[in-house]
Amino acid sequence: MTSSLDENSKEKMRSVSVDLNNDASLLIDIPDALCERDKVKFTVHTKTTLSAFQKPEFSVPRQHEDFIWLHDTLVETEDYAGLIIPPAPPKPDFESPREKMHKLGEGEATMTKEEYAKMKQELEAEYLAVFKKTVQVHEIFLQRVSSHPILNKDRNFQIFLEYDQDLTVRRKNAKEMFGGFFKNMVKSADEVLISGVKEVDDFFEQEKTFLLDYYSKIKDSTAKAEKMTRAHKNIADDYIHISATLNSLSADDSTANKKHLEKLSDLFEKLRKVEGRVASDQELKLTELLRYYMRDIQAAKDLLYRRARALADYENSNKALDKARLKSKDIPQAEEHQQQCLQKFDKLSNSGKKELTGFKGRRVVAFRKNLIEMAELEIKHAKNNATLLQGCIELLKSN
Amino acid sequence: MATSSERSPPPFPDSEDQDVLDPEDVGGRDSDEEDGEDLFLSPSDPPLADLDTPLPPANQPIEVLMTPPSDIMSDLLIEPISCQAEIQSASQVVTEPSDDFVDLTNNLTEEAADNVAAAAQDTAIISLDEPSDDFVDLLGSETEALQEEAVVVVDVPADTATDKSEGMGSDTDPPGEGKEEVEKVEEVEEASTAAVFDLIGDSGGESDSNTQQSPGIDTFVDPLVDLLSDTPPAAEAQKPSMATIDLFNEDEGSDLFSDPLLTMSARQPQKSLFGETDEDLFGEPLGATSKKTINKEQKDKTVTIKAAAVGGGINITGPLQEINPAEAGDLFTEEAVATAPSVSSTSTVNSKTNGVHSEEETDIFAEATVELSLDSPRSERKKEVMAKPSAPAPSLSATASLAKPQSAALEEMDEEEEEEQEDQFEIFVSVKDPEKIGDGMTAYMAYKLSTQTTLPMFRTKTFTVRRRFSDFLGLYEKLSEKHGPNGYIVPPPPEKSILGMTKMKVGKDDSSSADFVERRRGALERYVQRVVNHPSLLQDPDVREFLEREELPRAVSTQALSGAGFLKMINKATDAVSKMTIKMNESDVWFEDKLQEVESADQQFRKLHALVESLVVHRKELSLNTASFAKSAAMLGSAEDNTALSRALSQLAEVEDKMEQLHQDQASNDTFSFAELIADFIRLLGAVRGSFDHRIKAWQRWQDGQAMLQKKRETEAKLLWANKPDKLQLAKEEIAEWEAKVTQYEREFDRVSATVRKEVIRFEKEKAKNFKRQIIKYLESLLQSQQQLIKYWDAFLPEAKAIA
Repeated sequence: MTSSLDENSKEKMRSVSVDLNNDASLLIDIPDALCERDKVKFTVHTKTTLSAFQKPEFSVPRQHEDFIWLHDTLVETEDYAGLIIPPAPPKPDFESPREKMHKLGEGEATMTKEEYAKMKQELEAEYLAVFKKTVQVHEIFLQRVSSHPILNKDRNFQIFLEYDQDLTVRRKNAKEMFGGFFKNMVKSADEVLISGVKEVDDFFEQEKTFLLDYYSKIKDSTAKAEKMTRAHKNIADDYIHISATLNSLSADDSTANKKHLEKLSDLFEKLRKVEGRVASDQELKLTELLRYYMRDIQAAKDLLYRRARALADYENSNKALDKARLKSKDIPQAEEHQQQCLQKFDKLSNSGKKELTGFKGRRVVAFRKNLIEMAELEIKHAKNNATLLQGCIELLKSN
Repeated sequence: MATSSERSPPPFPDSEDQDVLDPEDVGGRDSDEEDGEDLFLSPSDPPLADLDTPLPPANQPIEVLMTPPSDIMSDLLIEPISCQAEIQSASQVVTEPSDDFVDLTNNLTEEAADNVAAAAQDTAIISLDEPSDDFVDLLGSETEALQEEAVVVVDVPADTATDKSEGMGSDTDPPGEGKEEVEKVEEVEEASTAAVFDLIGDSGGESDSNTQQSPGIDTFVDPLVDLLSDTPPAAEAQKPSMATIDLFNEDEGSDLFSDPLLTMSARQPQKSLFGETDEDLFGEPLGATSKKTINKEQKDKTVTIKAAAVGGGINITGPLQEINPAEAGDLFTEEAVATAPSVSSTSTVNSKTNGVHSEEETDIFAEATVELSLDSPRSERKKEVMAKPSAPAPSLSATASLAKPQSAALEEMDEEEEEEQEDQFEIFVSVKDPEKIGDGMTAYMAYKLSTQTTLPMFRTKTFTVRRRFSDFLGLYEKLSEKHGPNGYIVPPPPEKSILGMTKMKVGKDDSSSADFVERRRGALERYVQRVVNHPSLLQDPDVREFLEREELPRAVSTQALSGAGFLKMINKATDAVSKMTIKMNESDVWFEDKLQEVESADQQFRKLHALVESLVVHRKELSLNTASFAKSAAMLGSAEDNTALSRALSQLAEVEDKMEQLHQDQASNDTFSFAELIADFIRLLGAVRGSFDHRIKAWQRWQDGQAMLQKKRETEAKLLWANKPDKLQLAKEEIAEWEAKVTQYEREFDRVSATVRKEVIRFEKEKAKNFKRQIIKYLESLLQSQQQLIKYWDAFLPEAKAIA
């Protein structure tokens, strides 16, 4: 018990940032990733002192699907029902930069060479950022798992880390996909059904209402923040075009205005860099944070569902036992079942309570860190912008 | 100070600097001079003519100088004084050195030699005997002498100038004249010429004594001899002297001097040497009033230089130039100061010269902008020379180069100030208080038009009238009808906007409608201000009426759907057709280039406008999204069960709320300071193109006239052939009539061309100024919002840190 508490506090520390892992016994990172068409191949590198592994250090190639497989097996493992399973990393999405690149290619004729080059550069940067982000979320997933005192002993997890061949996890076929979808439906329906079950524990009652509320709010915030950062990005892109146009204007100009135009073009070029940074930092510090916790809360909600399910099962088993007693038939079986359900429910409640408390602390710390960082970055960028503007104004005035 | 340094002409002819200066100078002149002021001061401008002539010599030294003189002279006729002073001094100088050297070489043009040689020799002797003491005396009286000189000069100039233009070709008359003049002048101003000669004699004497010793002096002397003796006797000797006269004429034009000199020197380094010494000598006495030391100094220098030159003959150019121009520059300034007042003070001076002088003055002012930076180092340099008499040449140049940027900057500031002073228009018009009058479809917006002015042409200093939008359009119609065909760029008003109008009429009071009204108000204000800033348009009675009169007759022709509007549309269509059909083989490269420039600028500005509009859209989007995020964050904050985090989140929501306002404000700044500025430019560029079209129309008229004349002539020839005397008479009359018309058309075309040119240049200047001003304003708004942003986040930071 003490050790688990210890672990708990440790975990808290680790989660100061979702991407930190201080546990020296099992260090996981993704130093490299390769993008082949739709597939991204991650190199998962592990350094460990644990005896469960054959070697102290090894690297294996993994794909996104392997991560999903790991997540799913963790979710499906009955023993982990009382844990918040770290949310699976989202599917790498290179569609939007690709699409933009495509659009850019179409619009090439309407742009100057320079403008096109800048736009392309910008898109490449964006692509790279998406790529990095993808790698990061996968890394975080593994680190979350590895830093969990129970999950990191999972056999499948160890296989995932160690097996030096391609896992070649079978991709879900259409039937399974549909099955998954169906399962989700059932789950939602079930959620509604079991919502009628009277909660016995105030903590969980509160937690449930809180999480439900919080989830809807954070989902909304995430969407809004996404929109906001996208709008910001658009402004940065506008600056590129303005800068390029000013530049070509100055090239054609032979009057005293030439210098002004040049300077302005320069300024906008610099401004767009800063503005782009503002947008990407907002994306990273705010939107990403919200997005991650949205998924994390979903995971917590899943935990609550599993517990509620267990509670419902227990109630049902109680009813079944009553019935059996009435009919005085199969009483021992029913008794056994009822005991099992009770045990399971108690176990879930215990670990769930712990997990949820941990989660709360983790969330607060992560928000704190990210908000501070974002504010600092915003100030930094705004100062940069101000210096640039000031410089340009002085230049223009002295001219 | 600025004015005096303006007069100091010579460039800094350091052998390395030449290259730098030359293009700069030429380039500067190209843009500022040729395109600009000249055109406007059109009739009397010497630099234009000068520019044409001095440039060619670089390639073809003497012939070219030979050919253009008549041109130059006729041009110079207008400012004889300047020429004259120069011619006189030039001939002096030219002849003097030649005399000296002629003395040595016995190879002189007779007339040239006679007068001055004696004097030169005399003075040479004198100066050799009693070097510095004499100067003081002589120079003391110098200003007077100068005065008289000016007077004397004034009498002859016209003659000599004309004479020269006639006689330039072959005979020695002009210089003779010049020399006669010199003689006359000499009598009066022995002092100054003596000083001149003194110096000449000095260097001459020195060279005299030094010739044997130093090869440097050989080179120094040789070219002169070459120049003067190489060329066939009298007539040919004239050419170089003409060249120098030329030079000196330009010299008066302050910057011009540099050019020919440079070209000369580019052609023949020794010649430049020659030119410089001349100038030096010429300048020396004038400026020497208080600079005995310089004179001495210079002598020392020349001596030392010569001594040094023994080592490397070519060397001589460097150091000599180093010192000479420096002093000369300064001296010229002094001369300017000295002569100008003298002219005005002496009653004997006739009015013509007065006029000439003033013209010359303005001319100089006009050139000042280009010249300043070139001149200033020189005066700096001079000081350096004075401060460190014995300092070696290299250190001089070093200090000079140090001083250069500084002084250049100073001058620039001066320049700016000047410009700004010019800028202070005495009339300000503001358009305020848009007010909706009436209801339904007859509703319209009326604006308060307040004028503030100190111009005497208005009865009161401030007055306010009410005008509706169509009145503004009506003003434009009138102005463009009157002034457009003459090539004026009439500032265009904002376009009619059916959508905005309808919205306004329907009475929708949303933000876009307010936005529209504000945009239009700003555009109208800028439009009216542009009109009144235009010197020619301000004089128009319609403008005055528009500003002053209480009730204005309703402008009917501006209504989009009226009969007049329909007519206008037809006119526009025919215009467009004729524009397409008229193929003008553009003879003037300037117009061709400008038109292209304007067209590409128009295109680019349109693109830029679209981009800025999209920036505005995106900014508004950002503002909206920020607002919704702020709300959402507030909700999230309320849902959060950790108190500190909850507070931080609601603080974040507040910050984002403010941010929304910031973005909103910035969006309107983008619109009003940037997008509108560009929209204005687009409109103006359209007007510029319109003025180009008017020029083409004028050209077309002229061409048509010519074609008609040709036809008439042909008919005449036919009639002649057919021997029909009665009709012949008629045909002749017709021809005469058409000839007159063609000349008139041609003149009109020329006038329109000149106006367009002037207007385009004015427009460009205004544009640059306007652009700068507006952009600074815009950037300042950006800066402000960034500073605000910093403040907001700074306030938020502790909140974030307080999350436990």
